[in-house]
Amino acid sequence: MLGLIKTLKTLGDRTPLGLKQLNHDRMRLLTAIAGITFADILIFMQLGFADALYKSNTQYPRALQSDLVIISTQAKNFGQLRTFARRRFLQAQDIPGVASAEPLYLGSVNWRNPQTRKQTSMLLIGQNPSQPAFNLPDVNAKLDAIQLPDRVLFDQASRGSYDEMIEQFKQGERVTSEIGLRTVEVAGLFEVGASFSEDGALITSDQNFLRLFPKREAGAVSLGLINLEPGADPEQVRAELAARLPDDVQVLTKDGYVDFELNDIQSESPIGFVFGLGSAMGFIVGVVIVYQVLSTDVNSHLGEYATFRAMGFRNSYLLGIVVEEAIVLSVLGFVPGLVIALGAYQLTAAATALPLAMPVSRAITVLALTFVMCGASGAIATRRLQAADPADIF
Amino acid sequence: MTQNHSIVVHQLNHSFGSGNLQKQVLFDINLEISAGEIVIMTGPSGSGKTTLLTLIGGLRSAQTGSLKVVGHEITGASENDLVKARRNNGYIFQAHNLHGSLTALENVQMGLEVQGNLAKPERHRRAAEMLAQVGLEERVNYYPADLSGGQKQRVAIARALVSRPKIVLADEPTAALDKKSGRDVVDIMHDLAKQQGCTILLVTHDNRILDIADRIVYMEDGRLLKQPELAAIAQ
Ligand SMILES: Nc1ncnc2c1ncn2[C@@H]1O[C@H](COP(=O)(O)OP(=O)(O)OP(=O)(O)O)[C@@H](O)[C@H]1O
Ligand SMILES: [Mg+2]
Repeated sequence: MLGLIKTLKTLGDRTPLGLKQLNHDRMRLLTAIAGITFADILIFMQLGFADALYKSNTQYPRALQSDLVIISTQAKNFGQLRTFARRRFLQAQDIPGVASAEPLYLGSVNWRNPQTRKQTSMLLIGQNPSQPAFNLPDVNAKLDAIQLPDRVLFDQASRGSYDEMIEQFKQGERVTSEIGLRTVEVAGLFEVGASFSEDGALITSDQNFLRLFPKREAGAVSLGLINLEPGADPEQVRAELAARLPDDVQVLTKDGYVDFELNDIQSESPIGFVFGLGSAMGFIVGVVIVYQVLSTDVNSHLGEYATFRAMGFRNSYLLGIVVEEAIVLSVLGFVPGLVIALGAYQLTAAATALPLAMPVSRAITVLALTFVMCGASGAIATRRLQAADPADIF
Repeated sequence: MTQNHSIVVHQLNHSFGSGNLQKQVLFDINLEISAGEIVIMTGPSGSGKTTLLTLIGGLRSAQTGSLKVVGHEITGASENDLVKARRNNGYIFQAHNLHGSLTALENVQMGLEVQGNLAKPERHRRAAEMLAQVGLEERVNYYPADLSGGQKQRVAIARALVSRPKIVLADEPTAALDKKSGRDVVDIMHDLAKQQGCTILLVTHDNRILDIADRIVYMEDGRLLKQPELAAIAQ
């Protein structure tokens, strides 16, 4: 502790040469800042996209209200859940602690955008209208409406031009569209957001779902929602269900199911790799630019550094100058990078309906990466310091 | 009587390179300089003057012979000891070698910062005092780029002398200056050195400044000729 205070005191007492050198050559400083800012924005965008992708592909799983979830053993993800027999529910209901078991039907449909008349692929979700399935108040308030035939709730954050249609609906006008050969009417709006694979989603009752999917049997369920009696331990009931039910289904807790979805995206899709590569590129660009700037700076001060060594300064003092420059550059480059990335997130979110947000943890990660980036460049640049030989200056 | 001598060089040899390329540039150098003495070393180009100066200053390590600077033997000294030895000396170079990103004041205080024993405000106070002594009180906050050659060299002198070193080593400090500023610079060095009682070893080709010396030594082909007559003939 005392040692630390002493170190800080000596640090405050030394001439901030790194800062002064950077400040003296504004062009060089701006180049370095621009390079780091650019690298940081690149990294922020890559991480943001990867995260948005993960999030947007798990928005419905996250919004599920049930305590436990049953899916087919062959299920890959929310878009490809496969189906399992509805009688598993009857078996499930016998297990102590289970209060209710409800089926959820999922499928992909082509619907005609009422505004542009173009066909787009939408995720269609059929739920029991008497039992809320999602933690979406707008949906749960309209469950009565979808009991009527051919009524659907529309995700107003769906990708595409829907603004006029939404406006019309809000004015109280009737909005209809076609799914296959049937005409459906929009009975309400809610907001979740598009994913990369689906432009949007519609929620309707299980009966309507089966009407719109004539080939699907009512007995073939996509997902089972299990609610527990108050006081029941989810993990205990899950284990019991898993033991009791046949091997064609698996039982997960709600969080376990979200992890299952994330796991699938991470392992099955190149998202992690692609965006990881993108981040690495940004990082390398940053290292190269900062290295260029720092090594030029060291080179152009070699004579002065040699003089310092002749005066009796240690090599570590010169290292300190480069480290100081690296730290100053990290901070000066990171701040505009963060601000611009925040703006870019908002623009991108508005343009793509992807859920782009800036969690504090990501800002900290990128700040740490920036320090590593500048530190690495600085470390390479300091090798040039060997050339500052005090014997050569006379 | 080494106590009175701030520099004692005894049978010093020095070679550059190794093997077939080895080239000896200093031969059996013997030189004693008393505390407070001003010694000028002259001689033809390539005779080894700078090499001797860098050895005495601990800027390169001496190989054979003995080299005592203010009582410390620096032949065969470790890098760490050399770094410490350098702090006892003030250096003045042909090029001023000031740091371009630092003001005159900040440059001068670096001469104190390296000692590591004074707080910043005190360093700055002493640096300002020193700059006043070399006649630059009006220029303390100027950057080197905004100073004339003579002014820069005076800042360099202030930097070398601010820590009151026992020894000042100067290598052609007037070579880049016109006659008038060259003279001024040498006078300032002379006066300050006499005032602080420090020893000066100055290498120069400039005959106009020989008069400040207490003694002149002459270097030729790596050998030192101390006899005043020889030095006089050489001139
Ligand atoms: N680093 C080095 N490596 C090899 N040879 C060197 C090195 N430095 C100097 N020399 C050689 O040593 C000899 C003495 O050089 P030095 O610089 O000491 O001469 P000088 O008397 O200072 O000359 P000048 O008056 O031109 O400055 C020269 O022949 C030079 O070529
Ligand atoms: Mg020389």
